[in-house]
Amino acid sequence: MNAKSLWVALPLLAFLALVGLLYSGLGKDPQKLPSALVGKDVPAFSLPSLLTDETFTEQSLHGRWQLINVWATWCPTCHIEHPYLLTLAARGVPIVGINYKDEAGLARDYLANRGNPFVQVISDDSGQLGLDLGVYGAPETFLINPQGKILLRHAGNVDERVWNEEFLPLVPAGQWGKAQ
Amino acid sequence: MAAEIGQLSLWLALALASCLAIFPLVGVHRGIAAWQWYARPLAWTQWLAMSTAMVALGYCFYSNDFSVAYVANHSNSALPLHYRLAAIWGGHEGSLLLWGWMLSGWAALVGLLSRSVPDAMVVRVLSVMGMIAVGFLCFMLFTSNPFDRALPWFPLDGVDLNPLLQDPGLVVHPPMLYMGYVGFSVAFAFAVAGLMAGDMDPAWARWARPWTTVAWCFLTVGIALGSWWAYYELGWGGWWFWDPVENASLMPWLAGTALIHSLAVTEKRNMFRAWTVFLAIVAFSLSLLGTFLVRSGVLTSIHAFANDPKRGLFILVFLCVVAGGALVLFALRGGALRSSRGFKPLSREAFLLGNNLVLLTAASVVLMGTLFPLIGEAIGMKVSIRSPYFNAFFVPLSVALVLLLVPGVFSNWKRQPGKPLLRRLLIVAPAAVVTGALASRLPGATPWVGTLAIMLACYLVLAHLDDVLRRALAYDLGLWAGLGKLARSYWGMVLAHCGLAVLITGITLVSFYQVERDVRMAPGDEVTIGAYRFHFDKLDQYTGPNFDATRGHFTAYHHDRAVAVMQPEKRRYHAGGQTMTEAAIDPALMRDLYVALGEPLDKHADDAWAVRVYVKPGVRWIWLGALIMAFGGALALSDRRYRNSKRSPASER
Repeated sequence: MNAKSLWVALPLLAFLALVGLLYSGLGKDPQKLPSALVGKDVPAFSLPSLLTDETFTEQSLHGRWQLINVWATWCPTCHIEHPYLLTLAARGVPIVGINYKDEAGLARDYLANRGNPFVQVISDDSGQLGLDLGVYGAPETFLINPQGKILLRHAGNVDERVWNEEFLPLVPAGQWGKAQ
Repeated sequence: MAAEIGQLSLWLALALASCLAIFPLVGVHRGIAAWQWYARPLAWTQWLAMSTAMVALGYCFYSNDFSVAYVANHSNSALPLHYRLAAIWGGHEGSLLLWGWMLSGWAALVGLLSRSVPDAMVVRVLSVMGMIAVGFLCFMLFTSNPFDRALPWFPLDGVDLNPLLQDPGLVVHPPMLYMGYVGFSVAFAFAVAGLMAGDMDPAWARWARPWTTVAWCFLTVGIALGSWWAYYELGWGGWWFWDPVENASLMPWLAGTALIHSLAVTEKRNMFRAWTVFLAIVAFSLSLLGTFLVRSGVLTSIHAFANDPKRGLFILVFLCVVAGGALVLFALRGGALRSSRGFKPLSREAFLLGNNLVLLTAASVVLMGTLFPLIGEAIGMKVSIRSPYFNAFFVPLSVALVLLLVPGVFSNWKRQPGKPLLRRLLIVAPAAVVTGALASRLPGATPWVGTLAIMLACYLVLAHLDDVLRRALAYDLGLWAGLGKLARSYWGMVLAHCGLAVLITGITLVSFYQVERDVRMAPGDEVTIGAYRFHFDKLDQYTGPNFDATRGHFTAYHHDRAVAVMQPEKRRYHAGGQTMTEAAIDPALMRDLYVALGEPLDKHADDAWAVRVYVKPGVRWIWLGALIMAFGGALALSDRRYRNSKRSPASER
């Protein structure tokens, strides 16, 4: 192989490297791979409530089986998911909302107008908690146990099918009454 | 019914594209004339089938057929008709259909307009385009079919088009952009056809050049429209965000800009052939890469489509086949294209090569910046690439681009004597420094980068003025007659380069002289920015066709003279419940006034809002510059030598 033919093959090699990189990106797709945090504790944080004057920390999430839902008003899928979250809340599932990189006023209006499925809403204005949780984009839903450990992460819309197939099998019977 | 017709048309188009990809090409290689003859009719019928599919989808939207999942997800019975039709390309599946339709349209046009090109070449080009169409149609039919029905439980009404996209900008921006992306497929097909033929006809560049210029013009306008749309619709007042999707359109533009210049060298001097072929492959591959990035969910972006790894994998495989295949062909055959003709280090070729390298470096910088989050992830790091990274590269790269551009315009092909060139530069450069220094003595302190940028813009304009005058006077017919003698392709180049100067000026003005204020305002309040005073008159509510709005009324005064009544809105859309900020903009050539409602601060007390009030000098120049560039391209296309089917020898010099 002389220098000339090596030169024209160079773009091909660069392209193959690029494809490898893109493929690795695909493999890491949020929908496919569980979060690196599954099995770990919720990362430490201290953030204000969206609706009250309280401040929440990771300790506030201990004590019961519950969901953490990362949402935002700018996220179209969250709008689609919202009615199902209301259904879950009505069945007695405690859901903690993390309002992710949102405008607080918009978020409050959104909950006031469309109903609030959340027991508490943590305002993650800077997105730091979302970053710590490895959030790719809203909505994402985490299942945590009473010790504050993350058992499941679901990226994207939660609906009846996802709920029955992914979430319910992980929760011990009788935790949430009607919801099970 | 319409959905089934559309479905059927897509399958028919796939069958036709498959035939186009195989038979004519085999015909060329086996010498079967009848099979070659089929290339054009196949391209035309494929376009007809795709057009039928487009019309069918349009009818589904027109008739509010919500049993079609795509319609249900992107439209709503209350949506005005023009947005319902624009919603055809408002989502992933429909925009793919638009892509495919345009691809078939370009192929049909190539079949129609390339009578002067040898048949074997046209047949190969159309076959390659057929292969690309097969890939797109398979992608559409197997992963993203816009005609899929949501039966049996279809919604009674649609979820509405994303309000961000309910805008005249959406009606024109994606088609323009896609015309550019897809248009590069013609240059790509010519390059691959040339590689297949092995021995490249010297006329190759002349055939490929107008197609590339058309695609480049569309892409230029498309990017400008996208920037303009983001500016007035997103409510942040920014015109470029280095968002992955924007980058995805900028990369092929940079490569395409390099390509049209490299094609000029190949046409005039039959040199840089391997390089031109390579750039043609790169420009289209980058267009495909953009498609991959937007639709695979690999990168998050403000306007990414639904994230679906299956689709991502499909496009990646497709990208591998198209770009990888072309690059393999290039690796095998490209070596034979290198020309033995030389040029001196001082010549137009040398400067154009330098500029090509600058443009390609810029494209690589954007590629790296866009992919860096992925690379970071591969090595276990969370990284965020923001504008400082891009600015750090783009400022010096633009300086290098402009510094190389002017001597390139001044120089002769093949060999340029040093002294005359230096003499001309020594006239223009000091004049530019003086004009630039005077022009940048605007109010407010200008950093040296701003002054430098203004000087460069002056340098560009003065140099082209000088060049136009010299060339016109060289005819010895007097100035006016001489100006009339200059070729349109030459005027096109001058205009496009001046467009760049206007663009640079606009970016500089808005970067260094804009004033942005976020203030708390209640009706009756005032805020003063420079010579402008904004008075918040009142606040009211109204109901639009598919939304409710809170509207502010502001009056802007310039030195106590009312110049504009501005009505920014906050809209809440009924179907999706999304809230949208509609900024009020008073545009003018020299400055834009921009008022946007942020958030209500205290509803009970006095209707106080967080209000964004911006004064943006020169922001229009950015889009104006891009439009001038595109117009320059169009003017070059209208040159006599492209209109005659019988070629006349190039008349430029």
